Amino acid sequence: MSSHSTALEPGAAPGRGSNGRAADALAAKQPDPPRDSTRTQRFQDALFHQVTRFFAFSVLAILAAIIASLLYGAWPALHEFGAGFPFSAEWNPVTDKFGGLISVYGTLSTSLIALIVAVPVSFGIAIFLTELCPPALRAPLGIAVELLAAVPSIIYGMWGLFVFAPLFADYVQPALSVTLGKLPIIGALFQGPENGIGILSAGLILSVMVVPFIASVTRDVFEVVPGILKESAYGLGATTWEVVWNVVLPYTRVGVIGGVMLGLGRALGETMAVTFVIGNAHRISPSLYEAGNSIASTLANEFAEAASDLHVSSLIALGLILFFVTFVVLALSKILLMRLGRSEGEKT
Amino acid sequence: MTQTSALYRKRVRTNRVALMLSMMAMILGMSFLAWILVVLLYKGFGALSLSLFTQPTPAPGSDGGLFNAILGSVMMVGMSTFVATPIGILAGIYLSEFGRKGWLAPTTRFINDILLSAPSIVIGVFIYTVYVAQVQHFSGLAGSMALALIAIPVVVRTTENMLNLVPASLREAASALGAPRWKVVLYVVLRAARAGVLTGILLAVARVSGETAPLLFTALNNQFTSYDLNAPMANLPVVIFQFAMSPYENWNSLAWGGAILITFGVLCLNIVVRTMFRKKI
Repeated sequence: MSSHSTALEPGAAPGRGSNGRAADALAAKQPDPPRDSTRTQRFQDALFHQVTRFFAFSVLAILAAIIASLLYGAWPALHEFGAGFPFSAEWNPVTDKFGGLISVYGTLSTSLIALIVAVPVSFGIAIFLTELCPPALRAPLGIAVELLAAVPSIIYGMWGLFVFAPLFADYVQPALSVTLGKLPIIGALFQGPENGIGILSAGLILSVMVVPFIASVTRDVFEVVPGILKESAYGLGATTWEVVWNVVLPYTRVGVIGGVMLGLGRALGETMAVTFVIGNAHRISPSLYEAGNSIASTLANEFAEAASDLHVSSLIALGLILFFVTFVVLALSKILLMRLGRSEGEKT
Repeated sequence: MTQTSALYRKRVRTNRVALMLSMMAMILGMSFLAWILVVLLYKGFGALSLSLFTQPTPAPGSDGGLFNAILGSVMMVGMSTFVATPIGILAGIYLSEFGRKGWLAPTTRFINDILLSAPSIVIGVFIYTVYVAQVQHFSGLAGSMALALIAIPVVVRTTENMLNLVPASLREAASALGAPRWKVVLYVVLRAARAGVLTGILLAVARVSGETAPLLFTALNNQFTSYDLNAPMANLPVVIFQFAMSPYENWNSLAWGGAILITFGVLCLNIVVRTMFRKKI
């Protein structure tokens, strides 16, 4: 009878209910219920639950530790330079004066260029994969797009510096100078030394790297559009493009923005590819052809060699800014994608 | 009548242009992949030789290979996988099997997905401040820790996804036979999802093998062959970075050789894993 009470215990997990019933049936045949083994089982189950819970919790602990250690490491610099740290353009290891503006500008401008180029291309790829591609090619092409994301970033850097940059300097930059460079306001962006490295090249290489992330998220959210919606539109005589633009995109808007944010998060933190081609110069200039520095490339170049404590602390402060910004961007992305998933659940 | 047909023609034209652009985007993406692979083969194929695998990194101008870098990479990736696998699988089990109620599972899922895309260089800074700066020296161990932190979210995510694919009836059947919860999870659910979980581990290996940024100031580099995890350790990505940026021709050529090894290794792993995984679903 004791095992019966086990089954009815309010705290029992759903899986244990059936377990208890099985034991109950057993107990009906045997006059002496296996009391001890039930107790051991409950103990083992609780132990297992707590162990897995501990490791799930450790993921949160990692995040907390990262934030705490960055804050701790960045404290001397933030204390010394105050809240103006991200807005000061001075970066001088000799006089021990540091400010983050140059790196922050480099990170933001390269990521923005990357998004401007990557978003339309990713949409094109997602539309191709969901609407145009012959079914037999869909899986291999999908994998090929994901391979673009799997190529290590250092390879993008080498390719960018040794192959892309010379071609870019010889053919693309002169062409941009005489066309976009002649425009009244944005012209200044496209003038300067045509040597293939700098903010613009870094942004363009970043765009190749984030295309696969945005494209595969966009493809995934395009695929959740119920077939019946698209078929209704096709039935009314809409063209493929009209279906994509007027049915698929409005339905998946939130998810698509989530995908773009994910790409932005990736672009902000990308290190090696940018380090190779951005030129690593601590200055801000109006031209996108000039060399610059991003937060990640500054860290990659200077962290191991930083001499003074304040220099190290300032670098950690840059890391903190980077982590904070990417965290916010990625969190937004995740929330938007979750919202799409939820609304889909409500509609079906 | 003429107006309708004009409108119709315009719609068809827009459609054709848009679809053409979409196809061009796909071709553009693929041609960049092809471009990178061709460049790698063209520049690195000459550097591939037996000595690449048997000799340590040379001084500028002399002969050598990448033995110490390959060894260091294998040791650190192996070590980080060894650490990240149990942590990731157990956390994944919690999310999938016990995560239906409470605040912990949704929060962990959310944070895990953010850590999945968090900038890897910040992970390097983190390990530097909590470990390298405390013990006052760079080490292969610190590098392994940084890589493990990058691998854990990958394993957690795929493990949860794969366990969720196991049908509930399997769990119920096992429970009905009287199996305790932990046996149901470890011997039935995990075993049913074995291939998928392995996929996640391999993806994590592929992900960390190419990571350079977190190793720059944790494992640093080492000119010599070293088996000591407690000392600075050579590794492929950092050696490639250093050699590619150097002015010496033989170093550049070794960098391209290493780049071929790492890229084709990672891509093969990805292709195998992804085709295997597609068949499973």
